[in-house]
Amino acid sequence: MMTDNTNFNSFQKQRNKEEMKRQLITFVLMIGFTIVAFAIVATGSMQKMFAVPLLLIMAVVQVGFQFYYFMHMKDKGHEFPSLMIYGGVWAAILTIAALVAIVWW
Amino acid sequence: MSTATAQKRGFGAVLWDYLTTVDHKKIAHLYLFGGGFFFILGGLEALLIRIQLIKPENDFLSAGLYNEMITMHGTTMIFLAAMPLLLALMNAIMPLQIGARDVAFPFLNALGFWLFMLGGLLLNLSWIMGDAPDSGWTAYTPLATESPGHGLDYYVLGLQISGAGTLMGGINFLATIVTMRAPGMTYMRMPLFTWTTFVTSTLILFAFPALTVGLFLLMFDRMFDSAFFDVTLGGNSIIWQHLFWIFGHPEVYILILPVFGIFSEVFATFSKKRLFGYTAMVFATMLIAFLGFMVWAHHMFTVGLGPVANSIFAVATMAIAVPTGIKIFNWLATMWGGNITVSTAMLYALGFIPSFTIGGMTGVMLASSVADYQYHDSYFVVAHFHYVIVGGTVFGILAGLHYWWPKMFGRVLNETLGKITFWLFFFGFHLTFFIQHFLGLMGMPRRYWVFLKDQDLDLGNLISSLGALLMGVGGILFLINIIYTAAKGEKASADPFDGRTLEWAVSSPPPYYNFKQLPLVRGLDSLWIEKREGNGKLKPAEPLGDVHMPNGSILPFIMSVGFTIAGVGFIYQPDNRTWLLAVFIGMGIALGSMLIRSLKDDHGYYISKEELEKEAD
Amino acid sequence: MSHDHSLNPETMPQEPEKATLEGKNKFFGLWFFLGGETVLFASFFGTFLALRNSTANGPTGDEIFGLELVFIMTMLLLTSSLTSVYAMYHMKNNDFKKMQLWLAVTAFLGIGFLGCEIYEFYHYITDFGFTFRSSAFGSAFYTLVGFHGGHVVFGLSWLIALLVRNAKRGLNLYNAPKFNTFSLYWHFIDVVWVFIFTVVYLMGKVG
Repeated sequence: MMTDNTNFNSFQKQRNKEEMKRQLITFVLMIGFTIVAFAIVATGSMQKMFAVPLLLIMAVVQVGFQFYYFMHMKDKGHEFPSLMIYGGVWAAILTIAALVAIVWW
Repeated sequence: MSTATAQKRGFGAVLWDYLTTVDHKKIAHLYLFGGGFFFILGGLEALLIRIQLIKPENDFLSAGLYNEMITMHGTTMIFLAAMPLLLALMNAIMPLQIGARDVAFPFLNALGFWLFMLGGLLLNLSWIMGDAPDSGWTAYTPLATESPGHGLDYYVLGLQISGAGTLMGGINFLATIVTMRAPGMTYMRMPLFTWTTFVTSTLILFAFPALTVGLFLLMFDRMFDSAFFDVTLGGNSIIWQHLFWIFGHPEVYILILPVFGIFSEVFATFSKKRLFGYTAMVFATMLIAFLGFMVWAHHMFTVGLGPVANSIFAVATMAIAVPTGIKIFNWLATMWGGNITVSTAMLYALGFIPSFTIGGMTGVMLASSVADYQYHDSYFVVAHFHYVIVGGTVFGILAGLHYWWPKMFGRVLNETLGKITFWLFFFGFHLTFFIQHFLGLMGMPRRYWVFLKDQDLDLGNLISSLGALLMGVGGILFLINIIYTAAKGEKASADPFDGRTLEWAVSSPPPYYNFKQLPLVRGLDSLWIEKREGNGKLKPAEPLGDVHMPNGSILPFIMSVGFTIAGVGFIYQPDNRTWLLAVFIGMGIALGSMLIRSLKDDHGYYISKEELEKEAD
Repeated sequence: MSHDHSLNPETMPQEPEKATLEGKNKFFGLWFFLGGETVLFASFFGTFLALRNSTANGPTGDEIFGLELVFIMTMLLLTSSLTSVYAMYHMKNNDFKKMQLWLAVTAFLGIGFLGCEIYEFYHYITDFGFTFRSSAFGSAFYTLVGFHGGHVVFGLSWLIALLVRNAKRGLNLYNAPKFNTFSLYWHFIDVVWVFIFTVVYLMGKVG
């Protein structure tokens, strides 16, 4: 604990700063995706058949940014968090698929 | 703060100790007593059901009361008896098996127990208040939304509260296993019971939220006039069925997987052999859990989801037989050539194999969606799930209790009484349920309160009821054994069964800090390795030093009381809005205690090195 | 290890939120909880998707949703996600004051979001008579969006309690994990919102 000298600290600070820069870029991309998504719907410029999958893809990519950059899931030590999130996503896909596809009327 | 002194204490002191404890071993006791209490309750309900069906056109129970009885029997046994009893064993043993001093979240552990206990009591309060839930444990809508009185409201709130407790337990065990394994305890060195605890906790984590949502929707429909299941406003009843079974099917694996772990320990210990195919067992457990998530619609074959959906779910269901078969053969191979001791725990394990295999075979029969149209809603189904739940889960719990009783309470259960209990229970069980396969195939529908005479159903039902009485006698004998053991039982050594895993390296019962020094684990069956290659004692992985312990707290209990009061308020507020006061007061108590917990720092305390040195080994 | 939890620039570990066993437990515990929350919200989304056209002759989503307000709400919440990232950045550099500042900004953005949501619900109820009881669609809409709003309320209470409690004590190994778990929870709320604005509002408008 006592060997953390200033050299190391500045190295760490530098790394944190670079990480922050990446996160900022991510944020700009997320805002961009959001604006595009709203624009597609607001202008009505795209057919439903294309618009819906595109909106969903953009949402998934955006959420990926949140998880991997904002929540650091890309970093080391996140194997179990990833496992549990992907497990939850798998259960979520099954649940939604069932409630969308096999609910007869 | 120290509870190390084991002198005689007054009743008040013991009660306060248990109300405030955050020690995983004491919480295990609480789960055991709580689960045991509900098990007796559920057992009595089962006996009343069987008395009603002992002869044709019996009028022992009225039709309405019979509906309440079957609903409460199912709900109680699954949510309030089987699961808590398993959680008791997990709490008592899993931290010891990985060489930890406690669980990751001791406070949450206590909160989980109290939520379960008070939620369970809330559910059973419905008996006293006059109307119990009566729509079956599955609470299908619109039966459940239209059910008059407050029975279903108790069901919704009781399960919501106790379910939240179970979810906390699951997250707690996951974090414990991930972060608190002793040095050297890699994942592939964990005992199988720890593995199954881990996998079961994952299932709890992913399955219970679906139930939470289903219960919320049902609650909103019943109490606040929403329209999820109201067809006139566009609602859809199938949503409930999906949500319930997305939870409900993983739930049956939550009940069976820990038991697979228990049997793996019992077979290995009493055969004096390493578990055959350890790696295969671990992966089979994961595979069962994975597949278990994708088969829920086999409970809905007759709903009319269409042949494509039915076929997919039928095939997925049958696939589960493969990993389960792997397990059965591995257990048989563990015994092969072993030096077998037939103790009571081993007897249950031996009885489990044929019983569970029969249940598994009828499971594959039911999985065939075409044939299921015939079996559906008949006693064949009742026989099937009692074969897996009693023949699997209950046998497993009893095996686990006989095996780990010395570790939990410091005394060995009486073997003679135990063996008599086993034989009574085993014969009673097969007598009760084997005949029900045929009753079902002959056309007896489940959940009917009477059957007519001269339809060839009389004798079968009589036999079934007599078997149930025999199981009841077995249950009473087990209680006598517990009392006898508590009074006169032989004091247990640290390792009465010549065990293989870490929990047998500490005294029985273990000291409240579990391990003076965290042990160094050198392989699978770590204690056995030390017995064979070392001096039979675990090597410490750290020098003797101060041990950090969490403080006890009454807040989990108060918080749970608050949620329960709010629950009662929710149940009665549709009648009279002044009951909303109870909701506000209850939520105030619960959220207030959460706030206190957040604002007050709790760093725990340290047992000093000197104190530890004074303690005997 | 000493029993001391205090932090100063010299003894600052790389990841103060995971330096203690308690911190590690909180980190994993919260992540696992989020795995469960995924299924919770999936169940709400599934219910909503199954009932989105069951309007029972009441108002449809296309008729009532206004994209302007939803866009503002989205921007507020996305930005609050970034500000909590900034807060964690300063936590790792052991700059308590700046961390507090960014968390306070996060709280304000969250409150702004919540205000918009309350206005939105009020608007639907008074101007369109669209309530929880109007139709199965209404029930599903208010439940899904309302549960998300409930999570925002809980997150805000959590954040404010953390800020008030730790205002005068600075950063240490005991409270760093608490701030970190909060920020993870807050990001997750944002994740759910991304799907809500896509699935409920945008897809509702597209039809």
